[in-house]
Amino acid sequence: MATVDLRDVRKVYPGGVEAVKGVSIAIPDKALCVLVGPSGCGKSTLLRMIAGLETISAGSVSIDGRVVNAIGPAERDIAMVFQNYALYPHMKVYDNMAYGLRNRGKAKDEIDRRVRETAEILELGHLLERRPRELSGGQRQRVAMGRAIVRNPKVFLFDEPLSNLDAKLRGQMRVEIKNLQRSLGVTSVYVTHDQLEAMTLADVLVVMNAGQVEQLGNPLDIYEKPASTFVASFIGAPPMNLLKLTRGSNEFAFANGAHVAVAAPAGAAILGFRPEDAEAVPGDQAPQAGLALPAVVEAVEPVGSESFLYCSAAGSRIIVRVPGRATATPGDKLRIGAKSEKLHWFDEAGKRVG
Amino acid sequence: MALSFRRRKSLSPRVVFPNRILPYLLVAPQLAITAVFFYWPASQALYQSALREDPFGLSSKFVWFDNFVRVLSDPNYVNSVQVTAVFSLATALVAMAVALLLAVMADKVIRGRGIYRTLMIWPYAVAPAIAGMLWLFLFNPSIGTLAYGLRWLGIAWNPLLDGGDAMVLVVAAAAWKQISYNFLFFVAGLQAIPKTLIEAAAIDGAGETKRFWTIIFPLLAPTTFFLLVINTTYAFFDTFGIIHAVTGGGPGKATETLVYKVYNDGFVNLILGDSAAQSVILMAIVIALTAFQFRFVERKVHYG
Ligand SMILES: Nc1ncnc2c1ncn2[C@@H]1O[C@H](COP(=O)(O)OP(=O)(O)O)[C@@H](O)[C@H]1O
Ligand SMILES: [Mg+2]
Repeated sequence: MATVDLRDVRKVYPGGVEAVKGVSIAIPDKALCVLVGPSGCGKSTLLRMIAGLETISAGSVSIDGRVVNAIGPAERDIAMVFQNYALYPHMKVYDNMAYGLRNRGKAKDEIDRRVRETAEILELGHLLERRPRELSGGQRQRVAMGRAIVRNPKVFLFDEPLSNLDAKLRGQMRVEIKNLQRSLGVTSVYVTHDQLEAMTLADVLVVMNAGQVEQLGNPLDIYEKPASTFVASFIGAPPMNLLKLTRGSNEFAFANGAHVAVAAPAGAAILGFRPEDAEAVPGDQAPQAGLALPAVVEAVEPVGSESFLYCSAAGSRIIVRVPGRATATPGDKLRIGAKSEKLHWFDEAGKRVG
Repeated sequence: MALSFRRRKSLSPRVVFPNRILPYLLVAPQLAITAVFFYWPASQALYQSALREDPFGLSSKFVWFDNFVRVLSDPNYVNSVQVTAVFSLATALVAMAVALLLAVMADKVIRGRGIYRTLMIWPYAVAPAIAGMLWLFLFNPSIGTLAYGLRWLGIAWNPLLDGGDAMVLVVAAAAWKQISYNFLFFVAGLQAIPKTLIEAAAIDGAGETKRFWTIIFPLLAPTTFFLLVINTTYAFFDTFGIIHAVTGGGPGKATETLVYKVYNDGFVNLILGDSAAQSVILMAIVIALTAFQFRFVERKVHYG
């Protein structure tokens, strides 16, 4: 129903903080765009500029082809779900959901029909007469969603909507939000600092860092080809192993002097590989893969379905994922391998090469 | 008592004094103060209200409820009740409405916020009698600067002769002094409203005025209710100094509130029995009023 276009959007707060430093994103119709990044990187600021809650210092925000820089939040036809839900505490659930429709002068029976329909979708029917303080965290979250959906806006905006829920509920709601967004077909912008949420929800994933876009694209593409060491360590859990190299004559040396021969592209200075792409074999054997780093196990973290070995190798901490129960114990000597096509290379500045 | 203590203990790890006497010793100072400064004078007033002194104040006799009957059938007293109702209602409403307006505006000030608020609090530090004198001078028909301005605007203004003008003047002075106090509470109340609620309402299509009446004002209800109780009590009891300084209850008896009449009859006219009966009635009125406020008004208040 609507596209959202950000063109070189900037935000300088009155105090002089430059929170967003030129962001351009084109969100296609019906897509769910996730902004992910560490706390303080400007995600909320960007979202609030789309909502009309913050002025735009430079650049333009367009919704459905119309520049909305000078238009108030009410006229942008957006709905927002806040992190603390921002439910009106003195109103019943019904009135919380009806408030926006009443302000827009909708007829009483239409309001009633839409509120009840939405409540049906979200299984809130039996809660309509309650006040927010009589609801659990998960129920409040659903009411906040309901308040957004009932208005049938052009764009949904979510600012960390699940971060106040416990892990299990967060997982359920994540799936539910995705399904709702799909079935309603409403273009959405979703802010989170949780990379799992970002990966699973996004049609378009935007990784932000210090007010700028680090990488933008399909989540799996970003996972497979992170554009920088920042993205590599932010997307994926546990994070990608990153090792600094010094260039030898025809091969690469790890910072502590251990030599390992690997074919590296020109300009590479940092080697990265993911824990799930790594392979660990006992110290006296050679791994099949190109890389064969000698390492010592420092800790073992069993998760059940898999285990993580925390090793020290070449002066760095390296995490290796092994399926099921790990046989290694702390102090064991290992060799860590990774297939050469699973290796990532970055230059001195952390940008991807090759 | 012992039973309820034990039950509490099983529910929460509360500290319990096994000693039977210590708790009473600990509350004794508080009880003593309440007894000496409240119950004793109250009981004295109650006792006095049933006595009638002879004109020379040499002897007194027990007359049961005669004083009450006389007071309640006195047209001056009925007038005083009306004056008090008008005065208290007007003072509380003006003081709260103006304070709320100022607080809402102060909430929007970004630069010099602290200075603005500090300046707003000063009137509260002014003693009632001085506040009264201030307003008296400003609005004195012959020398008052503002009275001159009013006359220039074509308003016939003379609080020394006109009872209505006098009432306006005492209400203004009494409200002015209470505005700072109300302002502080309203500012705090406004700050306690999460900003995201206002933002959510803005996105929900509510304009500024609508947001105020549908979100901010209802959420301020606990503060407003608290201030309503405080302001009515203030208007009833703590405005004696202002009335004394500004109008002395006049002209005629146009600004003679119940408290002022107690003083006039008791200390000026020395009709102690009547004065005591009036105090007792006053006490009953305030208790009834507060009970009413808590019972009926508070019910409409939503505490977050
Ligand atoms: N109202 C504000 N005034 C000044 N600086 C702000 C304001 N809001 C946020 N900031 C600053 O802008 C930066 C980005 O904040 P924010 O967008 O909230 O980050 P995120 O949502 O990614 O955690 C931070 O450095 C923060 O301190
Ligand atoms: Mg944020």
